[in-house]
Amino acid sequence: MQTEMSKQSGQSFYGMAAIGGLISLLGVAGAFYMEHHGHQVSGMNNQTFWGLPHVFAIFLIVAASGVLNVASIGTVFGKKVYKPRGPLSGLLAITFLAAGLFVIMLDLGRADRLIIAMTHVNWTSVFGWNMVLYPVFFGLVGLYVWLLMERRMYAYAKTAGVAAFIWRLVMTTGTGSIFGFVVARQAYNSAVIAPMFIIMSFAWGLAAFLIFQRLMFGCNNTELHPQVRERLNNLLGTFIAAVFYFVVVYHLTNIYFAKQTGFEQFILLNGGIFPKLFWGGYLVLGTIIPMLLLYLPSFQRIQGAGIIASVLTIIGGLCFLYVFIIGGQAYPLDMFPGMELKSTFFDGHIDNYVPSTPEILLSIGGFGVAFTLTLIVTRVLPFVPQDDVAKLQASGALHD
Amino acid sequence: MKEPQDLIDNKSRRNFVGTAAIAGAGLGTLALAPGLQLIQVSEANTPSAGASSKVRWGMLIDTTKCASGCDACVKACATENGINETVKDPRQGSQWIRKIDLKNPKTGQEHSLPMLCQHCEHPPCVDVCPTGASMKRADGIVLVDRHICIGCRYCMLACPYKARSLVHQPLTAQNPEVPRGQGCVEACTFCVQRVDKGMLPACVESCPEGAMLFGDLNDPNSEIAQRVAKEKTTQVRGDLNLNLGVRYQGI
Repeated sequence: MQTEMSKQSGQSFYGMAAIGGLISLLGVAGAFYMEHHGHQVSGMNNQTFWGLPHVFAIFLIVAASGVLNVASIGTVFGKKVYKPRGPLSGLLAITFLAAGLFVIMLDLGRADRLIIAMTHVNWTSVFGWNMVLYPVFFGLVGLYVWLLMERRMYAYAKTAGVAAFIWRLVMTTGTGSIFGFVVARQAYNSAVIAPMFIIMSFAWGLAAFLIFQRLMFGCNNTELHPQVRERLNNLLGTFIAAVFYFVVVYHLTNIYFAKQTGFEQFILLNGGIFPKLFWGGYLVLGTIIPMLLLYLPSFQRIQGAGIIASVLTIIGGLCFLYVFIIGGQAYPLDMFPGMELKSTFFDGHIDNYVPSTPEILLSIGGFGVAFTLTLIVTRVLPFVPQDDVAKLQASGALHD
Repeated sequence: MKEPQDLIDNKSRRNFVGTAAIAGAGLGTLALAPGLQLIQVSEANTPSAGASSKVRWGMLIDTTKCASGCDACVKACATENGINETVKDPRQGSQWIRKIDLKNPKTGQEHSLPMLCQHCEHPPCVDVCPTGASMKRADGIVLVDRHICIGCRYCMLACPYKARSLVHQPLTAQNPEVPRGQGCVEACTFCVQRVDKGMLPACVESCPEGAMLFGDLNDPNSEIAQRVAKEKTTQVRGDLNLNLGVRYQGI
C-alpha cells in the first residue's frame, strides 16, 4: 500500500484539487466583495454581528484541536492502533486551523489590519491570547509531525506529543472562553462552555479525520481493516455521547437560572429556525442517527455507516454552533428585566439574520481551504496510515 | 594616525555644524508671518496635557422629563458626529444614542429614555478588545481607536447595552474632528471633542427638557455628584457591577 495519495489516481487527484481550489477561490471572492463594499452586503447587522462565517470558522478551529486527538492517543497514551494515524492527524490539525483563521480573518471589518492584530495585543482579551495560542499550536504540531515522520528523531516525538496535547487543550479552553467570559448575554457566561468545546473538538475532529482517512484509502483502492474501523467508530460514538451530556448540562444550567428561562424557551421551543436546527439538526441528525449507525447492528451493516455517522456529526456540530452563536445574538439583550422595549435600534426584537451569498461563499471556502491543503500535502508526503493488523493482533494491541 | 589635514577638516566641520545649529535655532524664532513662528508650528502638534484621572465624566438622565416622541438628542448627536449615511437595512446603521420606550406589562407604566454607551468604569468592551483599540481614558470616557480597530466585533458581543455599531458601508462627508471608518466599531464618545474644549456633549445641550445632566462625578461640588449622592439613581444592569458613568432617574 502506498503511503502517499495514489499516483495511479492522478485524474481523481487533479479533479478533487480543482474542486477544492475552486471552492477556496469562491471563498476569497466572497471575502473580497465584502471587504470592498463593507459588511452591508452581508446579512450581518448591529444585532447579529457574528454570522455564518463565524459558525464555520469556530467549527474549523475547534475541530483543528480535536483532530489532533488521534495522534495524541497514539503517542501520549501509547495506543498502537492510533500510532500510524499520527502524521495525518497532525496535518489535519494544521490545515483545519489555517482554514478557520482564513475565514475569521477575512471576515474582519478591517481584514487589511492583520499585522495590527499581531503587533497590538491586549492580554485581558481572549482573542488577544489567540495571538499566542494559534502560532504556538502551528509550531508545536508542525514539530510533532516532523518528529513522527523522521525516524531518527522519533525518540522525541512523545515529548512533543505531550506538549501539543496540553497546548490543544489550552487552545480550545480559549475558544470556549471567548463565549464563556461574556457576562452580557444569556446564551454565554457559563463555565461549562470551555469543557463543552473541548469535548466537541474530540467528536468533530475525529469525524473529520475518519472522512479524510476514508478518502485517502479510497484513492488507494484499499479498505480500512474492519477491526480498526470498529475501534475508531466506537471512539466516535463515545465522543458523540459525551458531547450530548455536556449540551444537556449547558441547557439545564441555563434553565435552572431563572433569568435565562426566556432565552432557553426561545432557543429550544419557539425561536423559529433555532429549535428546528437544535432538535432536527443537532439532536436527530447529528447525535441520534450517528449513534444508531455506530451501535445498532442493523444500522452498522449499512455500507459506509461510520462515514455517514461522521458526516452527520459534522452537520450536527454546525447546527449546534449556528444555534449557539447566531441564536445567542438574535435573542435581545435583557437590559430592563420584566419590561417591554421598543426602539429604532430594534431593542427587544428578535433578529432575523439571513446569511448573504458572499458570506456563504466565504464560509464554505474555509472547508475548501482545509480540503485542498490536506489533499496537496498528502499527495507529496507519506501521510496515509499503514496498519500492520497481523502484528497488532499478535501483540494483542488491536484491542488494548 | 591621522594626518594634519584630517584634523583641520574635522575642526572646520565641527565649526560649520555648530554655526549651522545656532543659525537654525535663530531662524526658528524668526517670524514667518506676524504672530506665527516656526517653533509655534512645531508646538501645535505636540499632545496636550491629556485627560486627568482626577475627573470622572458622567451623565445623569431624568427619565421623568424625557418625552416619548422627542429625539432631539439623537438628532444632535448625528449632526455633531457626522452620522449622516443612509443605509438600506436600518439594522446596519450606526446608532450612538437611541431612544428606548419602556413599558411594564404588569402595571402599564411607561418610560422613555436615551440609551448610549454607559462609559463603564470596568468596561467589558475594553477587556475583550484584542488590539486595545477599545480603551478608557483617564477621565472615564470609553473610546475606540480607529487606527487599530480591526472590526472583529468582539466588543459588540461583550457590551451589555448594545451601545456599539459596526460601520457597514463606505463613508463620505465626515466631521474632521470625529473620524469614522468603514469596518470599524464605534460608539458614543460623550462628544469628547467638545468636552475637551470645555463644552457639553451635543445631546445634553440639545435636550429641550433639560433631562440630561453632564459633569464630573468625582467633584463633590458638581451638580451631578450632588444629585447622585442625594437622589435615587439607577445603573442599567447594575447586577454586573460595572460602575457606569451614565445614571438614570425615574425607572
